[in-house]
Amino acid sequence: MNEKLKALKAAFPYTIPVFLGYLFIGIAFGVLFENKGYNFLWAILASTLIYAGSMQYVAINLFTGDIGLINIAFITLMVNIRHVFYGLSMIDKFKNMGKFKPYMIFSLTDETYSLLCLTDSPEGINKNYFLFFIALLNQSYWVLGSFIGSVAGSLITINSKGIDFAMTALFVVIFVEQWLFVTSHIPAITGIIISLLCLVIFGSDNFLLPSMLLILIVLTIIRNKIEERISVEKEETE
Amino acid sequence: MIISASQSIIIITVIALVTFFTRAVPFLVFSSHNETPKYIVYLGRVLPPAVIGMLIVYCVKNVRITEIPYGIPEIISIAIVAVLHVWKRNNLISILGGTLIYMFLVQAVF
Repeated sequence: MNEKLKALKAAFPYTIPVFLGYLFIGIAFGVLFENKGYNFLWAILASTLIYAGSMQYVAINLFTGDIGLINIAFITLMVNIRHVFYGLSMIDKFKNMGKFKPYMIFSLTDETYSLLCLTDSPEGINKNYFLFFIALLNQSYWVLGSFIGSVAGSLITINSKGIDFAMTALFVVIFVEQWLFVTSHIPAITGIIISLLCLVIFGSDNFLLPSMLLILIVLTIIRNKIEERISVEKEETE
Repeated sequence: MIISASQSIIIITVIALVTFFTRAVPFLVFSSHNETPKYIVYLGRVLPPAVIGMLIVYCVKNVRITEIPYGIPEIISIAIVAVLHVWKRNNLISILGGTLIYMFLVQAVF
């Protein structure tokens, strides 16, 4: 079996949760976009070029003609600013990815980011192909979902209420997985407490940016403490 | 469609470019360094758990804990996902199990 196919086969099982989540969220996007008069070609175009779940939902309401391009750019910046922080933790991981690097950066969604955080390529698998296929498979689910939603969304009659919980469940799984692996639980706890605090203070529409900044500040302040702890535990295990 | 096709394409392009920009910023800033600064390596290690925690909060941000059903379906389902995962360590079982239970809770119980 050649290297690429092997990496693709190894990557696929990891992407199944995202498959479930993206398919349904993608379908919902397709339905909504279709309702605004944009057919499946538009859905595919948006999901291929933009590829940002929450932003595409926001975008649906921007095709009205009375919102200027500068405004649209600013809204996009605000909704997606959290991605800046994702890149920060992928600089090392993407470092030697060569020709794949631009696509890896382009496709760094919440879900792909979390999978990449969690996943190391299995033994004997080409790491670059493995990471690339995770990213590519995820986007293909997203495009497929929007396509299906656009074409057949209105025909789906099963009660799918609550199916979007798949995404929440994915994050919980990754959270648990990291919890069991890391030496210090302070970052995870910091993330949850600060976000809950910001949610209460700033409200559900505006809490992401202040949360990220506060997380960054707090983790910077307690850096010495955490690094001390990590190095102590490393010595203990060695 | 209220606006023309070309206007729509321009809007999609602007959103796509800005989105890509937000993802590319860290790589643009640090690509000139051969050695990634220690602080960034540190962030790369501690940010993921914190950000995933934040994303969980983000997922339940619209839950109203002061109104019926008080966020109970979310709390139960998240707990079930966590327990299933600690127990079986199988992504699919945890996610599918939790999602089916959540769907059942919001459709049939609450």
